Amino acid sequence: MNAITPPHLKWPVDTDYTAVPYSIFNSREVYDLEQKKIHNGPTWNYLGTEAELPEKGSFKSTYIGDTPVVVTRGQDNEIYAWVNRCAHRGAEICRERHGKSEDGAYTCVYHQWAFDAKGDLHGVPFQRGLAGKGGMPSDFDKKQHSLRKVRVVNHRGVIFGTFSDDTPDIEEYMGEDVSYHFDRILKGPIEIIGHTRQYIAGNWKFYSENTKDPYHASLLHLFHPTFGIYRASLGGGTIVNNDVHSVLWVENSKEDESKLSDVRSDNTRTYQDGTYQLADMSLLAGAKEFDDDTSTVIFSLFPSLVVHQIQNTLAFRQILPKNENEFELVWTFFGYADDTEELRNMRLKQLNLVGPAGLISMEDGESTELCQKAIVRDGGYTNVLEMGGVGTGTDDHFVTEGAIRSLWKGYRKLMDV
Amino acid sequence: MSNSDLSQELKEEVEALLNAYVQCIDDDDLERWPDFFTDECLYQVIPRENHEMGLPTAVMWCDSRGMLEDRITALRHANVYQVQWYRHIISNPVIKTEDGDTFQVQSNYAVFKTCNDGESTVYNVGRYVDEIVRDKGVLKFKKRSAIYDTHRITTLMVIPI
Repeated sequence: MNAITPPHLKWPVDTDYTAVPYSIFNSREVYDLEQKKIHNGPTWNYLGTEAELPEKGSFKSTYIGDTPVVVTRGQDNEIYAWVNRCAHRGAEICRERHGKSEDGAYTCVYHQWAFDAKGDLHGVPFQRGLAGKGGMPSDFDKKQHSLRKVRVVNHRGVIFGTFSDDTPDIEEYMGEDVSYHFDRILKGPIEIIGHTRQYIAGNWKFYSENTKDPYHASLLHLFHPTFGIYRASLGGGTIVNNDVHSVLWVENSKEDESKLSDVRSDNTRTYQDGTYQLADMSLLAGAKEFDDDTSTVIFSLFPSLVVHQIQNTLAFRQILPKNENEFELVWTFFGYADDTEELRNMRLKQLNLVGPAGLISMEDGESTELCQKAIVRDGGYTNVLEMGGVGTGTDDHFVTEGAIRSLWKGYRKLMDV
Repeated sequence: MSNSDLSQELKEEVEALLNAYVQCIDDDDLERWPDFFTDECLYQVIPRENHEMGLPTAVMWCDSRGMLEDRITALRHANVYQVQWYRHIISNPVIKTEDGDTFQVQSNYAVFKTCNDGESTVYNVGRYVDEIVRDKGVLKFKKRSAIYDTHRITTLMVIPI
């Protein structure tokens, strides 16, 4: 059964995904439908890593979309997840961000209904009443009152969850290239080195667009060009898998001199021939740790995850929509269990480049907010996504919006509009 | 020695450093900000959750005067952000010293941020944990950690805390 399309979701006809109505970025109606069809639909959502659940009884609170979810490691060592809402009266059960349940039980504070790591109900205080009075009906069956369970998959130590039975196998969901880069970056056991959180007054999809947009990289983020480090003339491009997932990659060894002269003559702020010098170059010293020349990979697994390797920084970025106008971005930084002390220190130093105060990334929150502020009364207008042509899919350069057009193609399929 | 038996003179000297530091930032006199540190130093702005879990990730992490200078060069010439002003309120300094030359200091801070729309918000709240040393007669930070409770940073952080 198809629901009636809300007026805000009316797409311009015959535009080849080159025009997106602004109304989808600030309509509550669209937001609620996204939660239903995307986040609660046939998608895998990032929940965390096995490294964050080191022992039996470990747990972590997070979200799928805006639905609160708890991820646990059971006494059988398996990973489980359930909606953080008591089956009795709807109260939040787990009130900590992370921790360990020593007895493996999760008890709601309101009436102390107790559940296990799988989300199954074990205890109902006064179930049989007191002195023959009250209590639950004699046919009350605890088995019928489990928490709302999330299907989880642990893929190379990264945990994803889905509410839908129709979500395909995780590797099929990712597609070939995203899968390749996922395996490349999850090449061995990881160690979490910390989290940072950023709260942004913009619609979550503006950030999805941003992470598929190589065009903005050297124009908005001026740290590298100002110090003469990164230029749009470097090798790289975007790869699209299953419409909504993408890989944005940069290869240092492939700078094209003919492109460089174009960049110079374009008279943008992008290329400044290194007007300024870093006082401490150790920030960019870096260490080669992969068997290729890829210095930056940012790949996105729609709707909730972006994974990056930017020099020696490695991170999961979890996109958590809060409402139509706001989202939270949770950065989880990691290294490998076999990092040398030197490499680990390099990662910590290079964290200055990324995250909420990242010298090369802080502007992404800002750009998202700029869009959100400006579209407020102009939902009937559309953006223009024609850089690199009108088609969707993969490109071997940065002057394209092809991966963004692909996102909207896939979005419309998921939303059925 | 702790607060109670610290000489009034030393107490005032340390507090003068704490005050001058935040005034420098709030006055947008950021080119002078690295002068508050020794050449070999550690400045970090770290979320309380990481600090408590023993995880080292900080949003700003500078282990040399050069890195402090680079933060300011980037802020002035590279980074893109809306006009904003900080106002630091600091309080409750607890000062410990053995010899009057090296100090372990902890104080609370709140940073209000005001942007062009005129709204002031509580942007970042936390505590400073400092190691202060006498460098050529002048007190400087050898180590300054801003451990922030407000672990959800609004939009971005470009100006140091």
